Amino acid sequence: MKVKMLSRNPDNYVRETKFDLQRVPRNYDPALHPFEVPREYVRALNATKLERVFAKPFLASLDGHRDGVNCLAKHPKNLATVLSGACDGEVRIWNLTQRKCIRTIQAHEGFVRGICTRFCGTSFFTVGDDKTVKQWKMDGPGYGEEEEPLHTILGKTVYTGIDHHWKEAVFATCGQQVDIWDEQRTNPICSMTWGFDSISSVKFNPIETFLLGSCASDRNIVLYDMRQATPLKKVILDMRTNTICWNPMEAFIFTAANEDYNLYTFDMRALDTPVMVHMDHVSAVLDVDYSPTGKEFVSASFDKSIRIFPVDKSRSREVYHTKRMQHVICVKWTSDSKYIMCGSDEMNIRLWKANASEKLGVLTSREKAAKDYNQKLKEKFQHHPHIKRIARHRHLPKSIYSQIQEQRIMKEARRRKEVNRIKHSKPGSVPVVSEKKKHIVAVVK
Amino acid sequence: MSANQLAESLLALSQQEELVDLPKDYLLSESKDEGDGDGERKHQKLLEAISSLDGKNRRKLAERSEASLKVSEFNVSSEGSGEKLVLADLLEPVKTSSSLATVKKQLNRVKSKKTVELPLNKKEIERIHREVAFNKTSQVLSKWDPIVLKNRQTEQLVFPLEKEEPVIAPIEHVLSSWKERTPLEQEIFNLLHKNKQPMTDPLLTPVEKASLQAMSLEEAKMRRAELQRARALQSYYEAKARREKKIKSKKYHKVMKKGKAKKALKEFEQLQKVNPAAALEELEKIEKARMMERMSLKHRNSGKWAKSKAIMAKYDLEARQAMQEQLAKNKELTQKLQVASESEEEEGGAEEVEELLVPDAVNEVQMNVDEPNPWMLRSCTTGTREAATEDEDPEQLPEPVAHEVSESEGEERPVAEEDILLREFEERRSLRKRSELNQDAKPAGSQETKDSSSQEVLSELKALSQKLKENHQSRKQKASSEGTVPQVQREEPAPEEEESLLLQRPERVQMLEELEKEEWFQNKELSRPVLEGHWSEKTPNNHPDAPKKKKNEQMIDLQNLLTTQSLSVKSLAVPTIEMLEDEMERNQRQMIKEAFAGDDVIRDFLKEKREAVEASKPKDVDLTLPGWGEWGGVGLKPSAKKRRRFLIKAPEGPPRKDKNLPNVIINEKRNIHAAAHQISALAYENRASFAWLWSRI
Repeated sequence: MKVKMLSRNPDNYVRETKFDLQRVPRNYDPALHPFEVPREYVRALNATKLERVFAKPFLASLDGHRDGVNCLAKHPKNLATVLSGACDGEVRIWNLTQRKCIRTIQAHEGFVRGICTRFCGTSFFTVGDDKTVKQWKMDGPGYGEEEEPLHTILGKTVYTGIDHHWKEAVFATCGQQVDIWDEQRTNPICSMTWGFDSISSVKFNPIETFLLGSCASDRNIVLYDMRQATPLKKVILDMRTNTICWNPMEAFIFTAANEDYNLYTFDMRALDTPVMVHMDHVSAVLDVDYSPTGKEFVSASFDKSIRIFPVDKSRSREVYHTKRMQHVICVKWTSDSKYIMCGSDEMNIRLWKANASEKLGVLTSREKAAKDYNQKLKEKFQHHPHIKRIARHRHLPKSIYSQIQEQRIMKEARRRKEVNRIKHSKPGSVPVVSEKKKHIVAVVK
Repeated sequence: MSANQLAESLLALSQQEELVDLPKDYLLSESKDEGDGDGERKHQKLLEAISSLDGKNRRKLAERSEASLKVSEFNVSSEGSGEKLVLADLLEPVKTSSSLATVKKQLNRVKSKKTVELPLNKKEIERIHREVAFNKTSQVLSKWDPIVLKNRQTEQLVFPLEKEEPVIAPIEHVLSSWKERTPLEQEIFNLLHKNKQPMTDPLLTPVEKASLQAMSLEEAKMRRAELQRARALQSYYEAKARREKKIKSKKYHKVMKKGKAKKALKEFEQLQKVNPAAALEELEKIEKARMMERMSLKHRNSGKWAKSKAIMAKYDLEARQAMQEQLAKNKELTQKLQVASESEEEEGGAEEVEELLVPDAVNEVQMNVDEPNPWMLRSCTTGTREAATEDEDPEQLPEPVAHEVSESEGEERPVAEEDILLREFEERRSLRKRSELNQDAKPAGSQETKDSSSQEVLSELKALSQKLKENHQSRKQKASSEGTVPQVQREEPAPEEEESLLLQRPERVQMLEELEKEEWFQNKELSRPVLEGHWSEKTPNNHPDAPKKKKNEQMIDLQNLLTTQSLSVKSLAVPTIEMLEDEMERNQRQMIKEAFAGDDVIRDFLKEKREAVEASKPKDVDLTLPGWGEWGGVGLKPSAKKRRRFLIKAPEGPPRKDKNLPNVIINEKRNIHAAAHQISALAYENRASFAWLWSRI
């Protein structure tokens, strides 16, 4: 006689070790969980609130400079090392983990206009108001040695910016013209000019490394090709562009920080319309830097705040400010995409978290799981009005807040005027210009 | 200047023998000086003028007609020579000398060379350079497009994007210093060396490598493809076999086995014809298999199944049959196989078996496939079956119908009634068709058949009317009206048999009138949509005046308006189409209509609305406690008085907003408190994610 028995696979209900979590058999049929969505909603709401509670982005302030910090540079190989140049010609090298200055060099007389590191991380270059380009060793001098630059190039005009090639022993300076230098020579390999105004910054493209972008004080952005030793194209904007930054993940995208409070992201193949106009600042934008993921960038502004923008959004997702931070002159996103550094007028370098509420340090697996779960919940319910309101809420200093209000009114008035003009003129006689096109004066071939 | 103008002027000149009126002035002025005297000169000038007319050489040649002191060195005239002066001619001396030929050549060369164009100015050149460079660079950059696009579209990017793979050092590098020391190792390595086994790179032996190198790339590719294909086929085959093995149905396996046996037999036959020796071998194999089977006693009545069947055989006919089959099989197998001729017999048997094997279902499916509407499979088959019976005995058709009717009367279920009615219509239509066909076939047609057909129709109609009468027994029916029906019909079919619609008409009209008399609109049984459709289908066409007005008067009610509209549309469309299309299509249409008979959108909506209204009404509260103050238990109800006393009637709420809007449902239960938490508006770029969101929630 055959006896039928229930047989179960013990693998399905027996733990391998006693440290494992108990297996909880579950039926995921949504009909059995009518309150799933409300429960998740509450969780998402709580997660959003907690995110705002824990949003404490400010990490440290590095003080030691005796004048405003004019430029910053990252070490290409070492996450903890940062270089900064001040307005009194002093260059300092900082250790971020210790939050200490590890070396001080009196590099120039007058401003240190630009600083950049070599791609290998063994040396760095500075340019200053004293018409010199100096190359320095990254390591400090040995005992008894003098603090001296490796090379010094005396130029004829003032250099206002410098950037190093990402792969070769070549660097570029800007001033009256854009010069491409070989490290071994005292004369530039080639000089490229287009127009006569002074050029404020020059940047190498990190992917197509022969490409350069520069911005000049006659309101234009000029692109150069190093191999063909020729400028490529020029776009003239409404106001002066202070710096540009190339997207590290997308070879043809760069963002320009403009005096008219906006940032413009361009596709360099189509300069007549920017891909995106980023507007939230209430004063001139002085510096911009991409995160290494190429998804976001940070901008420093004269309005004493820094903002983080997603590349494809016109509004910022985050704004950082402190009471003591004055006009922010330079900003950098660290290579591990976790921190932001900014140097400001009042002689300090500040270190911020890129995600304001992120927990630092090693996370346990359960913490990580909870974080991921909350992240997903927030994403799922992000459009719900209460959650959205909480997630968007930021405190601002009164000056910025009032300026935002003021500018909103101005903008609205301008818009109303334009609408009225269109309304009361012959149809088609007043063209409707989109916000993107409005700020482009011309593209020069 | 056109050619015919020139020709005209030439003609005029030749006639007058003098230069009179050429359109150009300069010719005129010149000719006046000369006078008419010498014709040659004139002719020359004319030719020149004509040649100068081609537009290229309009310049007036200076001419010295009188002797003067001033002779311009620039205007050297070649007049009289008949040609233009060429520079080379001037250089030519009076008598030819060879020394000047080189100079002439040089001169020619100089003349033939074109002047070099002016260089563009620097700005232009730079601009061109820039443009070219820009185009080149943007081309270079666009190679990143696919990567950028991919990165943008991926849901998640994990950095670093490409991980550095750890470099595995080749084993020879690691083992370069290592040497075999023990005798065992030495022996092993000796062996390996002898067989040319790979020492360090474990993938290919030298022989394999050589063979690989011997193959060209294409060959290697082809070979690989072949191998892959073979492997794939094998895996398919294996999977199939596994699947088949898993099938539990015994019948299936039996059928398969039989099929296989038959196939083998056929092959054997083939082999016998082609290769007798191989056939003999095959035969031996078959014999062996048979012997094995015989030895295994599989088909003795010793198995569990056989035993159970033996017990059941007494009572169960099927079991007995199965037993017999088993026995026959046993006999067949235990018989000794001797001659090839016996196989033929077997084959015959096998054929029979095969006939048996083909299940009835297959044929059925075949029949169904012919039908145009796959949803109607079930009703379809019944229809075909009926058709088949009709074909067999068309004369006896009315009887089964009547039979059915009587059956349905017994059942008294509305759905069944409807079904039967529909089927009846169908049958009648087919009948009509057949009668028409008969007429077409024999236009002179014997009176008998006609009579018979009309008889059939009559009887059928009678049956129908009977049924209807019975249906409406509860209502009073006038005997006289019932009497008139058959009379009218009797007259109708004889003159107009082709007009098929007419056949049904009078009866229907009659019925409708009757019904109207009996206040048809209050009848609730007949308010089913299909029936209504059929009724109203005919009425407006046939009697557009009286009944319609009546209807309009009665039906102006918002609730009913919706339904009537839909029905009228239906009624207009259906008959015209039916007239036009042939039988097949009509059948199909009918079927589709039947299939969607239940899909009355408007009625559904009304129903939904009614439900919504019901749901929104405040409910009465019943507070009766059964068993309180009286006996309780199963089947005992609290008294009516008590129930009445403890029933709290809900106050009637405010009137609904959509009370007077028949085609609208306004939900009055929107929760304002929840609305604050719900998404009301969405930015454009978020729409996709919103859709995603709601697909998730």
